Amino acid sequence: MIPDLVILLSWITGLLILASVVGAVLEKRYSPNGESEAIENLTARIRAWWGMAILIGLAFLAGRTGVVILFALCSFAALREFVTLTNARRADHWTLAIGFFVVIPFQYWLIWAGEYGIYSIYIPVYCFLLAPIISALRGETENFLVRVAELQWALMICVFCASHVPALITLEIEGYEGRGVLLIAFLILVVQLSDVLQYVWGKLLGRHKIAPRLSPSKTWEGFVGGVASAVAIGTMLYWITPFTPLQAGVMALVIALMGFFGGLVMSAIKRDRGVKDWGHTIQGHGGFIDRLDSVVFSAPIFFHLTRYWWT
Amino acid sequence: MTTDDPSPATRVAARLMASAIELFARFITAVRADWQGVDPVPGRRVYYANHASNGDFVLIWAVLPRRLRDRVRPVAGADYWLATKLKSFIGRHVFNAVLIDRTGGGPKEAPVEQMAAALDDGSSLILFPEGTRNLTDERLLPFKTGLYHLAKARPETDFVPVWIDNLNRVMPKGEVVPVPLLCKVTFGAPQRLDGDDKDAFLARTRDALLALAEDAA
Repeated sequence: MIPDLVILLSWITGLLILASVVGAVLEKRYSPNGESEAIENLTARIRAWWGMAILIGLAFLAGRTGVVILFALCSFAALREFVTLTNARRADHWTLAIGFFVVIPFQYWLIWAGEYGIYSIYIPVYCFLLAPIISALRGETENFLVRVAELQWALMICVFCASHVPALITLEIEGYEGRGVLLIAFLILVVQLSDVLQYVWGKLLGRHKIAPRLSPSKTWEGFVGGVASAVAIGTMLYWITPFTPLQAGVMALVIALMGFFGGLVMSAIKRDRGVKDWGHTIQGHGGFIDRLDSVVFSAPIFFHLTRYWWT
Repeated sequence: MTTDDPSPATRVAARLMASAIELFARFITAVRADWQGVDPVPGRRVYYANHASNGDFVLIWAVLPRRLRDRVRPVAGADYWLATKLKSFIGRHVFNAVLIDRTGGGPKEAPVEQMAAALDDGSSLILFPEGTRNLTDERLLPFKTGLYHLAKARPETDFVPVWIDNLNRVMPKGEVVPVPLLCKVTFGAPQRLDGDDKDAFLARTRDALLALAEDAA
């Protein structure tokens, strides 16, 4: 086991205890009988964070296999939410079934085996071409391009992009052997704390909305404050990465920005489909995609930047 | 139909099978209950729902809280559920179904009597008033008259409309592999007979179910 991982997990535990205490105090003072929806949602979110942190922590301790299985299940849940909102119809039944029961296991097996040459093109090339063939064979032409495009997008976002989180563990960085799991921790911590801090800064100072039509809760104040805080945290976390403090800060900036825009893009899809959340599986947060949207957008970029310059 | 007392081994097997079926249903559908017009409390109830897939009653059963689930019995066709040993085990011991003879061989009032007897025993029922799986593009088929006859036989019963959303996309007719999609089960405000005649009662209960469907969509 990596000593740094234990230190990091202890910090996260401390942070969550702090969050729980703050949540409990707020609840006691402002919502003793559950009258404030915002505070009830906050405490539900904190409880769900405990669950997510414990799951991720266990996966980290289990190493490569644990992380690969965890994210394969996340991809499954995310794809389940995404496809629910698409125009997929009966003619796409087999394409979808293969997506869930063949593409997800195969992509994650490739990641586990470290087959970069295949996992980086399996979905963008092979599935891209094979999926419309299977749908076409059923002979249903109505909305064909829409259906095929939606499905391709679903696989790219929910499976391909998400799988780049565990893929970080397979990068062979000189002087960083056996510590790949910390790179994942860096990504997830920066992106999730950036989300949380954007929310907090927005609640405290938020005045000017960035994109009122897409996401009424996103403000310039929250954005600047959240991203700046995330960069500061990323810089301070340089000791778990192969980066210098400056490099860690720049990486954190890229991660936080991609995460922000990921949230924006996924919100646009939700607005178009007339839903508030992607699902209901995670208490207080909504669906898996509501929590993963920012990770999914930042993971492949972070992966490739690291791969290009550090391996 | 009387269920003979199952052996302890059968009961354990039934429990395990119930858990496995529930786990599988949740894995595929992440099913969620929306108690809109009624609370999940015990009572003399008939949950009547749209029927588009073989998994319909499993979803209702899965979202009921434990204490309600143990008392709920789906009403199902004996011809289907007694066809094989496995189906018979699941139908009789896992779901404790009220098995109805749909072949028309027996007396006409027998099914209603069976259902009324189950209600008298303190059970709730899950009923699909369309009578058969809806494989058309219609949202809801016309109701069969059984719902009315049961209401007339036991007028103190709450008829709770239950809309099952999306399960028909999970498993369209003729497919064997389910596609994972989110499903929702919505429970509406209970309906009672209140002196309606047959057509009025069937129309009212059907409209109540369709209103939930509009909401879900």
